[in-house]
Amino acid sequence: MTTSTQNLIQAVDRADSPESLVAAVRSLAAAKDEAGIATLIAVLGYNNPVAAVAAVEGLTQLGAKAVQPLIDKLDGYNYGARAYSIRAIAAIADPLALEVLATAAATDFAPSVRRAAAKGLGNLHWQNIATPADRAAAQHQALETLLSVSQDSDWSIRYAAVVGLHGLLQLSDLQAKIQPHLIQIIESDPDSAVRARAQLALGVSADRYGRV
Amino acid sequence: MESSAEELEVGATGLTVEQAIANLRSPDLSLRYYAAWWLGKFRVREPAAVDALIAALEDEADRTELGGYPLRRNAARALGKLSDRRAVPGLICCLDCDDFYVREAAAQSLAMLGDSSAISALVKLLDGGVDAAVDVPGRPHLTQPYDSVLEALGALQAKSAIPLIQPFTEHPSPKIQYAALRAMYQLTQEDSYGQRLLAGLNSDDLKLRRVVLSDLGAIGYVGAAAAIASCRAENSFKLLSLKGLLESQLQTQPTQLSDSAIHLMSLMDSLL
Repeated sequence: MTTSTQNLIQAVDRADSPESLVAAVRSLAAAKDEAGIATLIAVLGYNNPVAAVAAVEGLTQLGAKAVQPLIDKLDGYNYGARAYSIRAIAAIADPLALEVLATAAATDFAPSVRRAAAKGLGNLHWQNIATPADRAAAQHQALETLLSVSQDSDWSIRYAAVVGLHGLLQLSDLQAKIQPHLIQIIESDPDSAVRARAQLALGVSADRYGRV
Repeated sequence: MESSAEELEVGATGLTVEQAIANLRSPDLSLRYYAAWWLGKFRVREPAAVDALIAALEDEADRTELGGYPLRRNAARALGKLSDRRAVPGLICCLDCDDFYVREAAAQSLAMLGDSSAISALVKLLDGGVDAAVDVPGRPHLTQPYDSVLEALGALQAKSAIPLIQPFTEHPSPKIQYAALRAMYQLTQEDSYGQRLLAGLNSDDLKLRRVVLSDLGAIGYVGAAAAIASCRAENSFKLLSLKGLLESQLQTQPTQLSDSAIHLMSLMDSLL
């Protein structure tokens, strides 16, 4: 670790006001030094939304290197912190996080965590999975999770699942499975916002499918 | 952190519909209170549930030390969620109840039921105008549930009440101002009311910012989209607010997605 990164970490640890914390986190994030990862992850639990968003951005820019530490330090007791971690993991989009995202989308009790995970599941960098068989299995798992999550009772979670499915729709192998499901959402979801998002995913006008 | 934005999922806690309805007449007052909440929470629309809740609006057994009616409050809240207009006359009677919180719950539920026969009774609670809308000494509320009454009049399209509502846009309490602005926008569609509400997103008080988010969503004020997305509040509140905007856009063009609807969805996507 360079001295300058050490200083930036200390500035975060010593920050004694919300403003100085935000400034220190922004500087540490801008340094893009792997050595700052643990400190940036810790900031997600400080209950300072502005600092947390800056830390998520910093972690996202660090990319794949930040994924395993984010997974290892996922905070089981603070769902606010967990939602920020999942947002960072989703934005980095490393398929290594598939299992964590699938579990969070399907079983977390906090809607904010589930929404972030559902969106992330549709958007992973599948090309980073080396073998075609593994890739297909991973995509299948993401799809099955999202199909199940898209029937949740909370509209915002169904909305996020549709956003995830929209992402998977870019994979030609999955289109035939996703399209009928989205049509069903357009025809029967109780919330017009969710129906409209499915419509946007399919890129069609609703009257093609009758009642909306 | 999003703590207060999230409602933890509550299981059905072992009650059946029949038990809940029967419990409304249980000798154990706490069971009655819980059953009324439960029937609303799980939206049990069966006529027997509605009948039992309407009867509970006249409950005399369950009283607080200050003379409040806890069961009536919960029954009034539940009836708003059950979309059965048979509850309207009973709820209108509740607007005369001694208990502030019963009046507040009744006003909110009447707004949800959307029955304009409640308008004249609601208007009566504005008697005395802004001058009468003052704190009750020693209690954490004003003389009437003004914010709920104003919101109800807006939701019920009570155009005749505009001259009575308008002065409340200058009430000293921001919460009441916002409720009046929201109603005035719904009744007049004048942009200046939406703009004043929008300015409330910069309030220093997070709770007020949440109220404004909910108001902007309720009136579908599309000019607020970007300000909502960047407001300092939890994503859950912002999503719900943008959902309100989107729904009102979808109503104007039900089959074709407009550019503005697509823009709203891209903002919502970014908040997931």
